Amino acid sequence: MIIQPHISIQNLNVHIGENHILKNINLDIPDKKVTSLIGPSGCGKTTLLKTMNRLLDRQNDVRVNGKVLVDGENIYDPKVEVTHIRKKMGLLSQRPFPLPMNIYDNIAYGQRVHGNNSKKELDEIVEKYLRGVNLWDEVKDRLKSPATRLSIGQQQRLCLARGLAIEPEIILGDEPTSALDPISTQAIEELFMQLKDKYTIVLVTHILRQARRVSDYIGFVYMGEIIEFGPTEEVLLNPKEKLTKDYVKGFLV
Amino acid sequence: MKNIRLLKDQFISKIFLVLTLLSISTVVLIALGLFYKSIPILNSTSLYNLLFSSEWKPFKEAFGFYPFIVGTLWVTAIAIIIALPLSMLTAIYLSEYAHIRVRKLVLPLIELLSGIPPVLYGVWGVLVIIPLIQDKIAPHFVEFTTGYSVLAGGIVLAIMIFPLIISIVIEVFDNVPQDLRNASLSLGATQWQTVKKVVLRKSFDGIVAAVVLAISRAFGETIAVLMVCGNLAQVPHSLFDSAYPLPALIANNYGEMMSIPMYDSALMFAALLLFAIIFLFNAVSRIILYRIEKRNN
Repeated sequence: MIIQPHISIQNLNVHIGENHILKNINLDIPDKKVTSLIGPSGCGKTTLLKTMNRLLDRQNDVRVNGKVLVDGENIYDPKVEVTHIRKKMGLLSQRPFPLPMNIYDNIAYGQRVHGNNSKKELDEIVEKYLRGVNLWDEVKDRLKSPATRLSIGQQQRLCLARGLAIEPEIILGDEPTSALDPISTQAIEELFMQLKDKYTIVLVTHILRQARRVSDYIGFVYMGEIIEFGPTEEVLLNPKEKLTKDYVKGFLV
Repeated sequence: MKNIRLLKDQFISKIFLVLTLLSISTVVLIALGLFYKSIPILNSTSLYNLLFSSEWKPFKEAFGFYPFIVGTLWVTAIAIIIALPLSMLTAIYLSEYAHIRVRKLVLPLIELLSGIPPVLYGVWGVLVIIPLIQDKIAPHFVEFTTGYSVLAGGIVLAIMIFPLIISIVIEVFDNVPQDLRNASLSLGATQWQTVKKVVLRKSFDGIVAAVVLAISRAFGETIAVLMVCGNLAQVPHSLFDSAYPLPALIANNYGEMMSIPMYDSALMFAALLLFAIIFLFNAVSRIILYRIEKRNN
């Protein structure tokens, strides 16, 4: 069904302390599509997302077993260098976390940490990606003011632009609209629709309507397991598993 | 029923106000008391002479505090120069790099250091630091020193204040949201880049506060410094010269030399001076911090 997986998760198990958070996950994330992970709170979908760019590393007492292949490379191989993997992915978290610097530096940050200090190139990149998230016109006169002064919806678009500015292949969104008002939410969703031609997008959400609007595929996560995975309409409208049926039945009404 | 509840609330808020004012007033009372006691010497000697004269001959009623002020500043500066990098790097390691088990093992030990009475640091300084300076370090630089020096005072003080800086700075680092670090890491920044550009920047205020507190503590530390500084009323010219910081002067002489006219008032002026230095220092750092905050927001 999926010809060319971009991220391939194989026999993944995650323990945090005594808790078995993710149980034997096998999942192929298709290339240049939007894949949504849905499921009740605490089911492990955010943890699953974080395993994809190794953000679990810093948490205490975490054990990860199994493989996560990104472009065929196992990112949990002990020999692997982690920053170039993370560079392949832009992350959008539940709440926007602008870095403690001005708007310009926020966007330029990713380029700078990878050694690009050319003022001219950075200027172009900053403008290009701020335009890309429709923020340029709102902030072009105050690029040097702290990013925390933006509204929360603007901040989230800034964070998206910041992630895109490192030229990733994948965008990971962890309920990226949960702190936003409806208009900002719509803006982010529309951006995802535009971006999916160029990027592989993995979106964690508990809003089923959002999952339906933006995604091509849906994975239903329940109690640390992938219960069902398939094309959006099939999972939402014609689920095969009973657990999925129970979860999405509110959606059908 | 309802009225009693509200009355209670009002009553308690008034009580708390009184208690707060009471605790603030001690500061004012101390300052006033010291000033009152210093009036005789302020009348007999000009303020300029008191602050900038190096002549310290109590029997001739010559009280120049310059050597003591400089001694205090030297010892404090040396202490902070040694302690700040050490404690910042330790705090960064424990907060950002170390495994949780290492942190749980090391942090209580560091906090234990701040619980050790100052006099023990003094003894340790005399037994370990003084001979080390006298025999191992100083011979490379100067011809002769007893080891009782501003450097010894600075080292002992540094060891006394670094637990303080470490525990506050770690607390400050813990308040930086993990998601903010993740934002930086997920862009492919290394751990060190994240520390430098995000964590340190975000915690700048807190770090300044920690350092201010540590310096204030260092200014006032008495017994340990008194034991290793040599206590000579001279302006130190090198790290290996003796000095006589203000707190040591007060502690050594108060109650003993009171038969000498004006000495009592001179020592009270020394105390006032110390009070003023710490007060000014705190005020200036607050103003700087406020300016920075205003610029960033």
